[in-house]
Amino acid sequence: MSQATLERGINALKEQIDAPVAAFFSSCVSCGMCAEACLFYTETGDPKYTPIYKLEPLRRVWESEYTLFGKLKKALGLHKPVTDQMLAEWQELLYDSCTMCARCSMVCPVGNDIAYMVRKTREGMVASGNSPEGVKGAATRAVTIGSPMGVKLSALEAQIRHIEADSGLKIPMDVEGADYLALLSSMEIMNFPEYLQALAKIFKQAGVSWTLCSSAFEATNSGIQIGSSDIARTLVQRIVDGAERLKVKHVISPECGHAYTAIRWDGPNLIGRPFPFRVVHILELLDELRAAGRIKTRDLESDRHTFHDPCSIARKGGVIDGPRRLMNMVTSDFVDMKEHGKMAWCCGGGGGVSSNEDADELRIRAFKKKRDQIAETGAEVLVTACANCRLVIEEGLEEYKVELPVVGLSELIADHLVVDEEPPETPE
Amino acid sequence: MNEPMDFLIWTRGTAFDIAVTIFVIGVILRLFEIISLGRKQNLAEPKGTEFGPGMRTIFTRSIPDPGTFRRQPLTVVTGYLFHIGLFVGLFLFVPHIELFRATFGFGWPGLPNPIVDAATVLAIIGLLAGLWHRLMNPVMRKISSGEDWLVWTLTFLPILTGYLAYHRMVNPYPLILGLHVLSVEALLIAFPFTKLMHTFTVFLSRWYNGAMSGRRGVES
Repeated sequence: MSQATLERGINALKEQIDAPVAAFFSSCVSCGMCAEACLFYTETGDPKYTPIYKLEPLRRVWESEYTLFGKLKKALGLHKPVTDQMLAEWQELLYDSCTMCARCSMVCPVGNDIAYMVRKTREGMVASGNSPEGVKGAATRAVTIGSPMGVKLSALEAQIRHIEADSGLKIPMDVEGADYLALLSSMEIMNFPEYLQALAKIFKQAGVSWTLCSSAFEATNSGIQIGSSDIARTLVQRIVDGAERLKVKHVISPECGHAYTAIRWDGPNLIGRPFPFRVVHILELLDELRAAGRIKTRDLESDRHTFHDPCSIARKGGVIDGPRRLMNMVTSDFVDMKEHGKMAWCCGGGGGVSSNEDADELRIRAFKKKRDQIAETGAEVLVTACANCRLVIEEGLEEYKVELPVVGLSELIADHLVVDEEPPETPE
Repeated sequence: MNEPMDFLIWTRGTAFDIAVTIFVIGVILRLFEIISLGRKQNLAEPKGTEFGPGMRTIFTRSIPDPGTFRRQPLTVVTGYLFHIGLFVGLFLFVPHIELFRATFGFGWPGLPNPIVDAATVLAIIGLLAGLWHRLMNPVMRKISSGEDWLVWTLTFLPILTGYLAYHRMVNPYPLILGLHVLSVEALLIAFPFTKLMHTFTVFLSRWYNGAMSGRRGVES
């Protein structure tokens, strides 16, 4: 990356401003409703966490560069400029206290998509050298090593050997012409290998032709989180190259929220051309297999289960009804949280917050929202579909001394899968 | 001719023409300023359409999300009171409609004066409660700028002076009517350069919000 300076930062912000941004800032009447949608405000009561306030650097650049009156003010020296000091102060607001969950974007009375603008403002933060160290580290590892957690191919291969030995299932690697290329997140490789095992089991039963790719297994995209299109593009390009090399028809985004945003929605725009393959989230694929009758389940869980919607998948990705149909395939007592789906509350760890040590304490405070939401359902098990949410929730629950198992939905499906021509597995 | 009458004549003549000209040209320029920035073509395969969901959000955003409403009902209630009261007072008061008819050659039926009067009182209550809320609520105080206070004042004055004029509460009558017209002119002149523009841009921003969500298969 080139040297980060204030000038570069301001230029980056200028480049980010488009018609929606200009319409949004022109429409804001400072009503403050966005604060009520943000868990960093509701759980702390600190008004500096008001979402629209986090955008002040971008708003100032918009006003002074793209409005007649602002230009006039600037010419007369009446304009408040964006300074290094200001950006340094805003780092906490734009990174520690925002997961880009976009809940504020759903409630703004004038329709401002605030998360859209936070993502854009982060470009200026990176260009001016004001992104947090933790997220920067993750982004650097993603580019140089291939994974934000520093997970190399050899680590994945070791996990594959374990899974194959344990389960007798085959995990295909670099199979040219497979229908589906499955991607993983580092967290799934290191912390939740059950996910990969679940895929192998389900795909075998459903007869899905799939593969992993040795040059493109990591789905997460630290560039999207930190706010660097350059980094994001490099990481997306790796997946596109891998998918094109293996000539797959579909790429499966794993149970990871922002990976879906990165590959499904931002990917083609980052590399500047439409993908020659379809991107599908694993839950979308499982729902398709369910609808086609290719997967069946049995022995429903009788304990009360609830589902946490990862923001990037539900509110920002439109995968909302499918997960509920899947939940009903595996549980007989599924209860939704009061505010769910497109109005779900974030776990507090998305958008790079969980890899940002500066935010640790704040994140735990913000987690109270999710803790209370879960408690209200009376659920005995929490299901989700994002390794990051899962880890953040597990940590949050532990911090508040709540004992509650957290499981991934794909695994749960695999656990209850009806497997033909094999003796049924006895769970415990 | 007495001085208040001259003042009234001036506000309804030259001053009015200047204000309306600045308002019309300013609003058009500002809208152009926004729309001409454009949007990058989106290359990701859409899950839904943009146009319909965008139009839908233009309407649905007038209704608050229930959970957010419960957390901050005053913002919503004062907003409704003021906007509805203002709309009724501005567009359904017979003398206002007559002014439109005289200026543009067309009009529409109005409401009986007592109803308009009641609506105006609601608008005043809404604005005063909104001001109190803005002063007391830590979030609103944090994010309010000089412009917010200015815009509040510019909006409040025409309603207040209109109410005073209608009830003949200030003498001489031409003076208060002239002040009413003058305050409207101040509003019109400031309009294109302040967040009063949200009157028009709210349709753009709601549409963009709904369209961008709609593309991803989400109703926003």
